[in-house]
Amino acid sequence: MGVAVIGASMTKFGQRDAWIRELLSQAGEECLADAGVAPKEVEHLYVSNMASGEFEGQTGIMNLLAHDLGVLPAYSERVDQTSSSGGAGIYEAWQSVASGASEMTLLVGGEKMTHKSTGEATDVIASITHPDEYKHGVTLPSFAGLTARHYLERFDAPRESLARVAVKNHKNGVDNPHAQFQKEISVEKALESPIIADPLRLYDFCPITDGSAALMFTTEERAAELTDEYAVVSGIGGATDTHVVHERDDPTVMGGVVESSKEAYEMAGLSPDDLDVAELHDMFTILEFLQLEGIGVADQGTAWELAMEGATEKDGDLPINTSGGLKSKGHPLGASGVAQGVEIYEQLVGEAGPRQVAADTALACNVGGFGNCVITTIMEAAE
Amino acid sequence: MTLEAGICPNGHVSYPTHPRCPDCGEPQEETLDLADRTGEVVTWTTSTATPPGVRQPNTLAIVEFDITDVSGATDEFVRALGQATTDEIETGDAVEPVYAEELRDPEIGIKVPESQDWDGYRWEPV
Repeated sequence: MGVAVIGASMTKFGQRDAWIRELLSQAGEECLADAGVAPKEVEHLYVSNMASGEFEGQTGIMNLLAHDLGVLPAYSERVDQTSSSGGAGIYEAWQSVASGASEMTLLVGGEKMTHKSTGEATDVIASITHPDEYKHGVTLPSFAGLTARHYLERFDAPRESLARVAVKNHKNGVDNPHAQFQKEISVEKALESPIIADPLRLYDFCPITDGSAALMFTTEERAAELTDEYAVVSGIGGATDTHVVHERDDPTVMGGVVESSKEAYEMAGLSPDDLDVAELHDMFTILEFLQLEGIGVADQGTAWELAMEGATEKDGDLPINTSGGLKSKGHPLGASGVAQGVEIYEQLVGEAGPRQVAADTALACNVGGFGNCVITTIMEAAE
Repeated sequence: MTLEAGICPNGHVSYPTHPRCPDCGEPQEETLDLADRTGEVVTWTTSTATPPGVRQPNTLAIVEFDITDVSGATDEFVRALGQATTDEIETGDAVEPVYAEELRDPEIGIKVPESQDWDGYRWEPV
């Protein structure tokens, strides 16, 4: 059964006073309204979230949200796939409709993080690592530092190319009213910012963020009855790579990105050349290169050239992260993959406002851990 | 103390060990101690934003051990990640594993101290 997206919403991302309950229900309410769907029509509710128990002490949030939104007795479930919980939620929502189990599925992703200190939040996220990694004090940013150094040295890429990813995504974020940062930065500022995980600096990293995002899924048939403007999930794939990051054959290849995108292209009957716009998981600047290569847009070791040439800017050959990416939009873990879906949906239905590009086919790649779990989604504008 | 890698019947080697070989799914039945070997730094980072209980800064390196001399191993190398004993480290450096009783303070982080080991090996340039 063909699966369509008929509504989307997201809260302001950033440092919010709201806790997880309010963040989720705000995005959920707005998505119901955007889709024009009554709560009682919702048959499945998925809540993407990595760690509300660890961050806030609130568990059972699928039940909390189902009750607050009035969608009872819908089937509800919390989806955790660390940083790719949002993408995994898209996968679950797609499955629920494609299988015929649900005709109307609401997906809400969210995370509340900023009440913790940076060190505490970093530790919650670092707890996803293997015990033999964790005991060494490894953090996700340190994986990025290790990988970035290897990439730059091996492919003779200029350090500036990473800074250009941050500059581009900050520039795109200026036009996103939901972004945590709506502020341009310069290459010089990025290159002079404090070192976090050598050779990476502050502006190579996304911030810690509170926020929520939501999408409404239904059958293509039902979507056509309800609205003229909708997007179709034409391809989706999910894959898992090694838990221990150093065990990968090639430190610059994200196997989960390669496998999940291959699956998504095959299902959609498309190739990288068909893409008009994409959202990539730029939790760290280096990840934008690894994903451009993993999804087949660039050959291995060459994605940095696209950044230097401006090919991934909003007016370039393939705009990447028109939303501002995780870099400027922010990264509320469980919300991020859903927010990627919100951006490509809005691009496809022509609701992206000042961020709008001409797009019939869009891809979102949501990365969990350091490439540990990956979901790639391809959406197309309804004909 | 050992820095134990696992070997499966097909000769694939991994550090750390796993019940099943990540490459082929066969049980890892043999082990290989890397503690007395010299490795080479593949890449490194100095992390300045470390979580509670972790030294600051924390210099980490991925090290590659040549295992072409190991009978029964078909892999030519195995890699391991660990802390360095110094912040002065470069790609290509030869390093030796040096045992440390406690790599971070087990009492401070989010994990239950009894849930895992906290000792291990750091890399010291030769």
